[in-house]
Amino acid sequence: MTEIEPGFWTALADVVAALCLLAGAFLTFAAGVGALRFGSLLARMHSVTKPQVLGLVLLLIGLALRVRSWSAVAMLALVVVFQLATAPVAAHLLSRAGFRTGKVDESELVPNQMDPSDEPDGPHGGA
Amino acid sequence: METVMLVVVAVAAVLVAVAALLALVRIERGPSMLDRALGLDLLAAALVGVIAIEAAWLRRTETIPILVALSLVGFVGSVAISRFAAREPAAPDARDDADVGDGEERPVAVLRVEDAGEDDGTEESPETPEERP
Amino acid sequence: MSAPSTGALRRAAGRFVWQWPAVAALTVVWVLLWGDVSWANVLGGAALAALVVVAFPLPRIEDRATFRVLPFLGLLRRFVADLVVASFQVAWVAVRPGPLPRGAVVEVQLRNPDDLFLTVTAVLSTLVPGSLVVEARPDTGRLYVHVLDIAHFDGPEAVRADIRGLEERVLRTLAPSEVLERCGLEG
Repeated sequence: MTEIEPGFWTALADVVAALCLLAGAFLTFAAGVGALRFGSLLARMHSVTKPQVLGLVLLLIGLALRVRSWSAVAMLALVVVFQLATAPVAAHLLSRAGFRTGKVDESELVPNQMDPSDEPDGPHGGA
Repeated sequence: METVMLVVVAVAAVLVAVAALLALVRIERGPSMLDRALGLDLLAAALVGVIAIEAAWLRRTETIPILVALSLVGFVGSVAISRFAAREPAAPDARDDADVGDGEERPVAVLRVEDAGEDDGTEESPETPEERP
Repeated sequence: MSAPSTGALRRAAGRFVWQWPAVAALTVVWVLLWGDVSWANVLGGAALAALVVVAFPLPRIEDRATFRVLPFLGLLRRFVADLVVASFQVAWVAVRPGPLPRGAVVEVQLRNPDDLFLTVTAVLSTLVPGSLVVEARPDTGRLYVHVLDIAHFDGPEAVRADIRGLEERVLRTLAPSEVLERCGLEG
């Protein structure tokens, strides 16, 4: 990094890093609370996709602002990309498996427009 | 500044550690393998988070490759379990079958490897719902 | 014996030629993993990427998709904003005291059932507007979306409008103009 005004810029980076660390840790904590508290598999899945992903991204941004080295930032960017690409896919696979094996209580879903037919060209249950 | 940072790091670490604990409780409770996969995902994320917080406190870069590896491990686990727990949607008694494999009735105290094996067993012989040794 | 093997070789070479974006992307990932740019890293990464592309071929997508920079920036800006809003919303629902919201599953008919756009829309909509894709039907172009808090939206119609708005941004970024025209999005 360029050292124009070391005192000010490093202090600013540290402050922003601290804020990112706090926000990221809070979101990760909330994801844990949601994973425990929510009553259905699908609701729990929400909490391990959205707050968890952004929480991790914020923690990694905080880390990048603290270490300030390009090789570290490159690897952290890779972790962020992996997270953004894999978390939705994992959540989709798990919730689809839950739906198909009847582990989802469909009576709790209002409305439930899920297509009951397994045939690709079956009648659709749109409302 | 460093004392402020110490407080921030301590608060963040406690929050993430609590998240990991909650994930462990969810893994223990289940009730299905899919819930446990979800808990493991969250546990891996909390692990990545704690390592990141520690690295941020000490300004060290040697642990960052661990983050790269860990961020992919959780995904591979989830995919494997969802493939494992998924059955063919067209199977005639997939629903009844799933109720048995659900684990609602039996004590779900520990994450056992046999859980998965049992699921597999019911898939192959749906007419024998409860086969307990 | 020599004829099929040269044919296979030519196919492999052809694959390599039109998959150069994949090779480039994999090389970038390799260099990022090592963390510094050196000739050994770039050449090693390129060799490894070429091997991966030839060994695990994927169907080509370039002729079905394009890339526009300005709509992409709009999509990115909106995505980051939505990700922050959605994350804090779900976090607040998780930690606030009181009863938990009711979920719902909504059927969304997309404009264009093409695999690529369907996939991108589904992945992004799992992350952003309070929704989670539980089933995707590429043959009919329908997504089945779980919503955490249906009361937060004004009924299923609002969920549908949200996802179709996201799809519109994806199409404007990636779809060729004739697809945009067919979907009535030109201009």
